[in-house]
Amino acid sequence: MLITSLFYVFSTILVLSAVGVIGARNPVFSALALVMCFVTSAAIWLLVEAEFLAVVLVLVYVGAVMVLFLFVVMMLDINLAELRQGFTRFAWLGWLTALAVIVEIVGVVWARGALGVDASRGATAHPADYSNTLELGRILYTRYAYPLELAAVLLLVAIVAAIALTMRHRPGLKQQDVDAQVAVRAQDRLRIIKMEAEKNP
Amino acid sequence: MISLAQLLTLSGILFSLAVAGIFLNRKNVILLLMCVELLLLAANFNFIAFSRYLGDLNGQVFVFFVLTVAAAESAIGLAILVVLFRERRSINVEDLNTLKG
Repeated sequence: MLITSLFYVFSTILVLSAVGVIGARNPVFSALALVMCFVTSAAIWLLVEAEFLAVVLVLVYVGAVMVLFLFVVMMLDINLAELRQGFTRFAWLGWLTALAVIVEIVGVVWARGALGVDASRGATAHPADYSNTLELGRILYTRYAYPLELAAVLLLVAIVAAIALTMRHRPGLKQQDVDAQVAVRAQDRLRIIKMEAEKNP
Repeated sequence: MISLAQLLTLSGILFSLAVAGIFLNRKNVILLLMCVELLLLAANFNFIAFSRYLGDLNGQVFVFFVLTVAAAESAIGLAILVVLFRERRSINVEDLNTLKG
């Protein structure tokens, strides 16, 4: 009973902050509302005993991705009024689509037997010494070892791509050219000439 | 206990709010990226709900990979956004009409 009421509290906060994300006037408030979304989602994932992913969501999303979003939002000098123009032009279409999707999903989910499983029952609770992280790690490092390596390579590619995209070479900047420094040869710098010894006056 | 239907309904509401957000904020690239994050979050909710209620951990592994790819996607997306703003001094989608015939 406590878990169900907590679920309803967190769901309400989640939906309200999702509305905040799409409706806030300032992108900074949108980003902060999205942080709230992720935190409450992590709380709900904890309630359904997916502990590892809840922690990962807070660490990766709130800790890294949303900070990146906030940095970018604050770094760009955006003309908000121009971006808000025509905000309500397609609003009816947006709300209509949202309503249709909600009605369809709710209809399918709550229709008896439509999913092929009994959707109205709760999951069986794990015993007290069950470790979600341990079980997840057990299959992540055996059956999903190669996909895990691929994900690591993907993240590496993303790092390189993000840095390569945003790196900027200012013209006229005085800096060392390391390649030229390393590639220099002695005969480029030093010239040995023969000359007669001079007499002492 | 939280039933499967409750979780799926929550994720459906979240998904449709994000879709509505894409319609509403169609000029602002930053908000479009944020709405994509919300869509992925709703999809992850479904994965976790089914993984938990069918007793199959593979769904949670998939959520892990979705989180990885989404993090990479937002990093590159924001990098492209910064480059775009440097070139055009604007992030309005309507200013991106170079390919328009």
